Amino acid sequence: MQDHAYRSRQLALPLAAIFAAIMLAVGTLFGSSGAANAQQTAATSDRIWQDLKGDVFGDRAILVDTGVVRVEAPKRAQDAAIVPVDIYIDPAKAPDGIKSITLIIDVNPAPVAATFQIGKDAGVAHLSTRVRVNDYSYLRAIAETQGGELHMAQTFVKASGGCSAPAVKNQDEAMATMGQMKLRQFPPQETMTKTQELQLMIRHPNNSGLQRNPLTQYFIPAHFVQKLSISQADRPILSMEGGISISEDPNFRFDFTAHGTGQIQVEAIDTDGKVFRNQWPLEATGL
Amino acid sequence: MPIDGTRRKLVNGFACTAVSAAMLPCCLGRAALAAAGSLEFKLRNVADRVFAFQGVDELMSAANQGAISNLGVVVGTDAVAVIDSGGSLIEANALIAAIGKISAKPVRYLINTHMHPDHIFGNAAFQEIGATIVGHHNLPRALEARGAFYLQSFREQIGEALMEGIEIIPPTMLVDDRLQLDLGGRVLELQAWKAAHTDNDLTVFDSATRTLFAGDLVFMGSLPTLDGSLLGWLRQMDALAAIGAARVVPGHGPVPADWPEALTAERRYFEVLARDIRKAIADGTPLSEAVKTAGRSERGNWHLFDDYNERNATVAFAELEWE
Repeated sequence: MQDHAYRSRQLALPLAAIFAAIMLAVGTLFGSSGAANAQQTAATSDRIWQDLKGDVFGDRAILVDTGVVRVEAPKRAQDAAIVPVDIYIDPAKAPDGIKSITLIIDVNPAPVAATFQIGKDAGVAHLSTRVRVNDYSYLRAIAETQGGELHMAQTFVKASGGCSAPAVKNQDEAMATMGQMKLRQFPPQETMTKTQELQLMIRHPNNSGLQRNPLTQYFIPAHFVQKLSISQADRPILSMEGGISISEDPNFRFDFTAHGTGQIQVEAIDTDGKVFRNQWPLEATGL
Repeated sequence: MPIDGTRRKLVNGFACTAVSAAMLPCCLGRAALAAAGSLEFKLRNVADRVFAFQGVDELMSAANQGAISNLGVVVGTDAVAVIDSGGSLIEANALIAAIGKISAKPVRYLINTHMHPDHIFGNAAFQEIGATIVGHHNLPRALEARGAFYLQSFREQIGEALMEGIEIIPPTMLVDDRLQLDLGGRVLELQAWKAAHTDNDLTVFDSATRTLFAGDLVFMGSLPTLDGSLLGWLRQMDALAAIGAARVVPGHGPVPADWPEALTAERRYFEVLARDIRKAIADGTPLSEAVKTAGRSERGNWHLFDDYNERNATVAFAELEWE
């Protein structure tokens, strides 16, 4: 019990900060949605980014379209709640390797969708996930090299709008199955490579916290996976600090080079302080 | 820019008649303006004192005034119940005007079959005439999560003028499982379903004439859209088909239609979609690739296929991956 109370206190500050940020974002996103703010264009998305980048990266130089990183998403998002995004690293252009990748969706209430830390020698040259996109927006991937350089690529996505809202589809099911995990292991595509693919799926509503309780008018607390780490026998492969822009049932598929035959371990922590852990034996790849 | 009352009426009038606002008499109320408008609003008599409006097989737009879904009216000896409020206040007011020609009884209930804008954007008009809004117990939660987004995203799609005055108004009478509404001399049976088209689907059955208002649990002609659970929809298909209806008013499609034959096409589409997606998942095909081909063999059978099939495939993929 004491441990629980301590944890709650520990969480209090970051949660308050998150709410403050969300309230602020809601104020600017929805509060100003008058006639002139029908849908974002590339130019307005870019303006948001210009204001935002200092908050995220300070005054560090960001190199654009150097080929180190590439990001792909559908030009028109089919479902605003589930927009697939693929991030590719070109190892030839980043010989020292990549330390982290930050995924940004300019117009979302919380634009920093996720920051991924890449394990050294983990072989993560491709990472795909699914995000919520609230409006017409650039999706940006900023990769940080081991040497500390920032490289950015971007792609413009037209959110589908209409009936497809970036919300949880089956709320009861989402709560009932929360914390379940699934790991898929895809053997190497080419015979001479050691690189295989992993896909990690976590059941979680990843709620936005942008809904108001109709009686109290308070925002219903956000509830999402905040931290995730994936490792092989305690050797980091990929970790994430994420937010509400990651789709419900967070889903990550990525390249991976195994080191030895140790187990794949996963730990996820959500904003309620719930910890979900799982592990799987590494499947034989036939090498 | 703030819009005053007079201006608001003119904006509505402009949208509905497409003539110069200055030509409109300012003294007309909203309902009168809507009734005088260009929206051809025909209530069909589908059974004894049961009426339905058939929406067009299109996406909501300024031109169709949001009138794309089917709406229903059931008249009792004491009161009238309306099934869905339509996609704009103009449509809702046209419906209210049309009901006035059929019956002098008050509209006591507005029943929302689910959360989508083409079924609920007219709610404010019914609140204004004192109707109690009835919905699935999950509907308030779903509207909380989506209301602001709907108001924002539809502004672009249907235009500022048609959006004017539209509010997200949740139901105050909720259906947990089943609920009966007595209109005097006839009882409507409301049934809340588990997640299928959405997680807040409600059907309305008029036992006197055995007419089923299926909401968007039944699509005909226009491609069904998936915003809840494909497996849930398929699992409940038999229970839906078992309803002893003589006819159905689907959410989209011909009014009325034969029952349960009305379910045949959508069931086939869902089975094809599920088959294609399951194969893609088994093959390790990523979502972004799989959605481009899944369900394509159904393309010739549906209106709006290109608008919605990839989206359905996306939703289905994310769900079926957990099987």
